[in-house]
Amino acid sequence: MPPVLELREVSKAFPNHRAVDRVSLALERGGFYSLLGPSGCGKTTTLRMIGGFEEPTGGEILLNGRDVTRLKPWQRDVSTVFQNYALFPHLSALRNIEFGLREHGRPDTTKRALEALELVRLGAKRDSLPAQLSGGEKQRVALARSLVLEPQLLLLDEPLAALDPQLRKQMRAELKAMQRQTGITFLFVTHDQEEALSLSDQVAVMNGGRIEQTGTPEDLYLRPATRFVAGFLGEMNWFGGVGVRPESTRISGSGPGLPGTVESLLFLGNCLHVHVRLADGGHAVAETPRDGQRFAEGEAVWLSWDAAGELRFE
Amino acid sequence: MNLRSAFLLPARVWSAVFLATPLAIVCAYSLLTRGDYGGVERPWTPENYTRLLDPLYLGILWRSLWMAGLATAVCAVAGFPLALFIARAGRRRNLLLQLVLLPFWTSFLVRTYAWLFILRDTGLVNTALLRLGVIRSPLPLLYNEGAVLLGLVYNFLPFFVLPLYATLERLDPALPEAAADLGATPLRTLRRVILPLAAPGIAAGCVLVFIPCLGAYLTPDLLGGGKTVMLGNLIQNQFTTARDWPFGSAASLVLMLVSAAPLWFLLRREAR
Repeated sequence: MPPVLELREVSKAFPNHRAVDRVSLALERGGFYSLLGPSGCGKTTTLRMIGGFEEPTGGEILLNGRDVTRLKPWQRDVSTVFQNYALFPHLSALRNIEFGLREHGRPDTTKRALEALELVRLGAKRDSLPAQLSGGEKQRVALARSLVLEPQLLLLDEPLAALDPQLRKQMRAELKAMQRQTGITFLFVTHDQEEALSLSDQVAVMNGGRIEQTGTPEDLYLRPATRFVAGFLGEMNWFGGVGVRPESTRISGSGPGLPGTVESLLFLGNCLHVHVRLADGGHAVAETPRDGQRFAEGEAVWLSWDAAGELRFE
Repeated sequence: MNLRSAFLLPARVWSAVFLATPLAIVCAYSLLTRGDYGGVERPWTPENYTRLLDPLYLGILWRSLWMAGLATAVCAVAGFPLALFIARAGRRRNLLLQLVLLPFWTSFLVRTYAWLFILRDTGLVNTALLRLGVIRSPLPLLYNEGAVLLGLVYNFLPFFVLPLYATLERLDPALPEAAADLGATPLRTLRRVILPLAAPGIAAGCVLVFIPCLGAYLTPDLLGGGKTVMLGNLIQNQFTTARDWPFGSAASLVLMLVSAAPLWFLLRREAR
């Protein structure tokens, strides 16, 4: 069986810059995938090419083994949840969800739309206009509007970015549950590494229009292939070209080790992050247990680590 | 006197002197009898209004409504794609908007005369067609309803395009994309998403074109050659050659009332 989606050396060049540079990717059916990267890395452009809103300047896009590179958005069995939801402001929640069903000429549109509305627990809001819905409710309507079409692939463009932090965490769990429940392949675009790591089966990290590394969240965190990936996912201390995670960095009130002074202490609930100004001018973070040794700001400390905790890059 | 009323004072004075007073005079005139050499005399009479029910004048009213409605429809059909195109033109938007406004740089009268030179028997179009051998005798392009319609559409098209552009420009570009994503072809997107959301702009444009078209007198006079008499021409005639000020006043007030109807409709729609 071919992958649900395959990108072969897909590029997008704009007059002044190359937004996406020979990106290749294959998504297996039923997985939760993320495209992760800083703003301007080309992840949204990649998503827009898959959705059909931008035409690649090079490469091929295959959906279930079929070349869809030149197909228009309405000809592709892919659906998108837009960043600001893009709900039709003149249509009720129910009519928004019915929109795609009617365009596809499916039977029983109202009944199916109602079921989708129930699925996202918004049955009571069927007649509300988008302006009368909260951010989280709009998000769920947008999700239902796409899922009701049972697309081969669901694209999500930073769908949680507009929500407040508390709601974001809740919606994150709902997204994951929804993906598992429907079995539809999700491709999620985000700049938030925590979001990508917690949600995804596989993550592709993008930088400067290229994919730096693809792997499971664990792979990327424990075995980053490049300096960029190591620095972008989680915190990283750089000791003369060698990377060490804060949790692998030991801190002590006496040598041996790299000397420095405590700059600040961050209480994170389950642990403590000690920010250290190194004697050579550098900066590092050491994670210590909450009930471990206490340090004061300005105190002289020494940092050390095991070779096993070192990450080396070319 | 507080600051608020101080600031409003000039507008109030202006409205009283230049709007309320003349309107009151016109109201009074419309109920008086015509003087022998213009002006008005007693006694008071409703006769000027009953005269308007004469089939001749009802015909003129009907023709005015028909011409204004037709001009509005043509402006809508021609103006909608134009406004949509400009709203999506990206960086060239401002240039294109300036081009729409360019005719306003010269006087309305001069532009209407320019059409005379284009449309008359020895004008640009007929000369060119005759030289090319397409026609043997000049086409009757001028002094008919078609010429009047052309003049009205030409003059008032910007009034349709501008409010509609303002509405379309505010439309979230993600909405047509979402429609396409959900399976709608561009034509279906236009019908189910863009048109319903552009409705307030279309309504505003229609009112802004319909009302001045209804009262137009220069265009029918010059391009219609006096053969296509509209309400504006009737009123002008009563105050000039016919010297029947009371009847002209009555016709003016009826024109105002008929013009106010679409405006009232629009305001009610917006209040909802």
